[in-house]
Amino acid sequence: MSEHYLQVNTITKQFSGLVAVDAVSFHVDKGEIVSIIGPNGAGKTTVFNMLTGVYQVDTGEIIFEGKPIHNLQPQDIVEAGLSRTFQNIRLFGDMRVIENVLVGTHIKTKYGFFDSLFRTPRFRREEAELTLKAVEILRSIGLDSYIHNYAESMPYGAQRKLEIARAIATDAKILLLDEPAAGMNPQETEELMDFIRSLRDKGYTILLIEHDMRLVMNISDRIYVIDHGKRIAHGLPSEIQGDQRVIEAYLGGAKTNAED
Amino acid sequence: MRKDFIYIVENFLSRYKLIAWAVVCAGMLAVPLFGFSPFIMRMFIMIGIFAILALGLNLLTGYCGQVSLGHAGFFAIGAYTYALMKINLDAPFLLAMVVAMVISAGCGFLLGLPTLRLSGNYLTIVTLGFGEIVRMVIINWRSLTRGPLGIGGIPAPELFGTTFTLTNHGFYYAMLVMLALTGLTCYAIVNSRTGRAFKAIKQDPIAATMMGIRTTRFKVLAFVLSALIAGAAGAFYAPIIGFIDHNTFNFDISVLILTIVIVGGMGTMRGMFLGAIIIIAFPEVARFLMTYRFVVYGLLLIVMMRFRPQGLLGWKSRLPYNIPKAAKKQLEAGA
Amino acid sequence: MVVFIQQFINGLAIGMAYSLIAVGFSLVFGILRLVNFAHGAVYAFGAQFALVIFVGMQISIALAILLAMVAAGLLGVIIDKTALEPLRKKKSMPIANLITTIGISHILVNLMTIYFGSQTRGFPALFSFGMIEVAGVRVDSNQLMLCLVALILMGVLTIVVQKSKIGLAIRATEQNTKAASLMGINVNFVISFVFFLAGASAAIAGGLIASHYRIVFPAMGFDAGLKAFSAAVLGGIGSLPGSIIGGLIVGVSESMAANFLGSAYRDSVAFVILILVLIIRPTGLFGKKAIMKV
Repeated sequence: MSEHYLQVNTITKQFSGLVAVDAVSFHVDKGEIVSIIGPNGAGKTTVFNMLTGVYQVDTGEIIFEGKPIHNLQPQDIVEAGLSRTFQNIRLFGDMRVIENVLVGTHIKTKYGFFDSLFRTPRFRREEAELTLKAVEILRSIGLDSYIHNYAESMPYGAQRKLEIARAIATDAKILLLDEPAAGMNPQETEELMDFIRSLRDKGYTILLIEHDMRLVMNISDRIYVIDHGKRIAHGLPSEIQGDQRVIEAYLGGAKTNAED
Repeated sequence: MRKDFIYIVENFLSRYKLIAWAVVCAGMLAVPLFGFSPFIMRMFIMIGIFAILALGLNLLTGYCGQVSLGHAGFFAIGAYTYALMKINLDAPFLLAMVVAMVISAGCGFLLGLPTLRLSGNYLTIVTLGFGEIVRMVIINWRSLTRGPLGIGGIPAPELFGTTFTLTNHGFYYAMLVMLALTGLTCYAIVNSRTGRAFKAIKQDPIAATMMGIRTTRFKVLAFVLSALIAGAAGAFYAPIIGFIDHNTFNFDISVLILTIVIVGGMGTMRGMFLGAIIIIAFPEVARFLMTYRFVVYGLLLIVMMRFRPQGLLGWKSRLPYNIPKAAKKQLEAGA
Repeated sequence: MVVFIQQFINGLAIGMAYSLIAVGFSLVFGILRLVNFAHGAVYAFGAQFALVIFVGMQISIALAILLAMVAAGLLGVIIDKTALEPLRKKKSMPIANLITTIGISHILVNLMTIYFGSQTRGFPALFSFGMIEVAGVRVDSNQLMLCLVALILMGVLTIVVQKSKIGLAIRATEQNTKAASLMGINVNFVISFVFFLAGASAAIAGGLIASHYRIVFPAMGFDAGLKAFSAAVLGGIGSLPGSIIGGLIVGVSESMAANFLGSAYRDSVAFVILILVLIIRPTGLFGKKAIMKV
């Protein structure tokens, strides 16, 4: 059954009795853009945290390229090819933009400690290659004018992009984007959509959590909907838009809010 | 980048980099020619030793973000190892030095292991406890360390048949060589994959983990490196002061080293030199304050933390990122 | 066996005093996430001040300790207001706070050395109505009263924190400073109050310990501070019962070590226990575990 690129089978996570994610299953095929949506507190980020090894899964399994990756160390998951961004930006603010990307290349750097100590030819060659690679990534995402800046001094939208650039630098096969459009204006969101599509065209597989429905409906191949930790719907964007349960999950929340 | 005063200075220095370094090196090499009193020469040497200690602690605290309040422990281990190897085994200088570094680094490894589970304040407390435990071991392991009596008459280092002393300026030049080696080592580490990993861990350990950095491994490495450097400094310090006991390496020394790092500017190398000069020279320069000088020292710390917590030289460089030459060439060719 | 029980009791007495110092660490850490390195100096100040006014004003030592309690409490508040509050307003890095408290400690210890003298001075016994002897185990009145006074004070502190209105404010601030402030709690007052409590209980501990050993000296706060801090961490920093248990464990184990391993080991036991506890159970015996947020 695990012919899918990424296969998630009935993963569950509890926090001291509270079931944050309840037997959620989904899959992602190679080259797809898949979105997970749901109201606030539905458990989306918890799913991401289990995928990337921040949390252990209580039950269930996560299979990537035929190998189980659940409950591995986060670093092993990155090496397997899953890399993520964060909902609340977590850049290395005091480091330069290019250094942030170079940190992303960390696991792909082969020279050893003593190479750097004695500045061996191997060290010089690899550092030059990494730098070129980092510049290339920054160019592709439109951040080349910021290369020398410190990450914290960039505008918000650029910071979001840098998070993606950093994730790409790990040579990820699947990019997990946690609300990439949060806080962006419509123009920026538009650019982001194009960029995400271009990533897919370059061979990346993308799994994203997003609130911006326009973005989700426009770029997703498939959508999963989670509410109260449970998967309540799954389908093509057009199917999800008309799904009664989804509308209830969102509007139901809105209704209670209105009554408050 | 802002084009302010710091930019002008940095730009000037980077343009005349070679000349600037030549002036600094020549100046430092020429110091003994000015005929300073042994007292002043000794102070220069102390500044050098504490700059070495600060460079080492800076790797751990300034770059990797792990605050150590037990660095005097490594300093002590280096000093005692050197003294005992010299006195009991009559070991040659370099051997005693290397063994001191290895033992100190081994202890650094052990102290680094708790980083697997601890961080922040809790880790700082463990380092503090470590520093105190080293002192307790020195007091209690009498058969080895002579306990509270201390060790006196520590033989001076020798190399190629020459014995280093204060008067033949052997101590001074040995200090310069050690300082240069430490500086180059730290520079090489900071400007590499390891240094980037350290900085990433300091700023956001979780994000660093999610970039595939084995944070525990690098934190332990930072502990080992800075312990190794402190051990070397200790081995060099022991013969210069000639007598060591458990009080030579107390909590105040740990605080002193950390203070140098902070006053100079955490996460910069330039700051370590200025920090060492200010903090080590302060008690001598401030003699006119008499008994009040340590009160003033405390006040300085507080004022510093309030108004310039990043340290005196703790600015972020205004110069462009230093792209490797080979890459630069290709980028220019491409553009 | 008699020796064992005797050492146990000696340890309990001194341990109770440690827990009084530990409470100060614990309360301040609970609210500010700050290891207050000046706390040991405040403790030493309490003991020194009591002695100075005892000698200078010719009052009873008990009254002198009460006055010292107020003075040390105020000292704590002044430290916070002048040095720490400005840092909070600037949202400084944790290390800036840490270094600031070390700086304060430097200032206090050196000022005490200047004004009270660096030498060790005798301290009067607080209570002296002989000793009780049961089956060869002797408990002198000072030890007994030390335990009793410390126990009563810990009881009072627990009631203040658990039952009173200000206690509720303290606990709310510990949980979430921002939310507490939005709910109308005067967070700055709460913090000042906590510093007062910490200083006052440290001064009492200072008086009790000084009258137990019959000596005071300016640097006395260093070792006691570190041990009390170990006790606070051991019990689970931020927890009052934790401070008591931690203090007792440190007190008893150092008294055992001094007797059975040799007096030189007295001071190292606390650290060994501390490090072991931190590695095995970083949150201490009574601490709560936090969930990592991403």
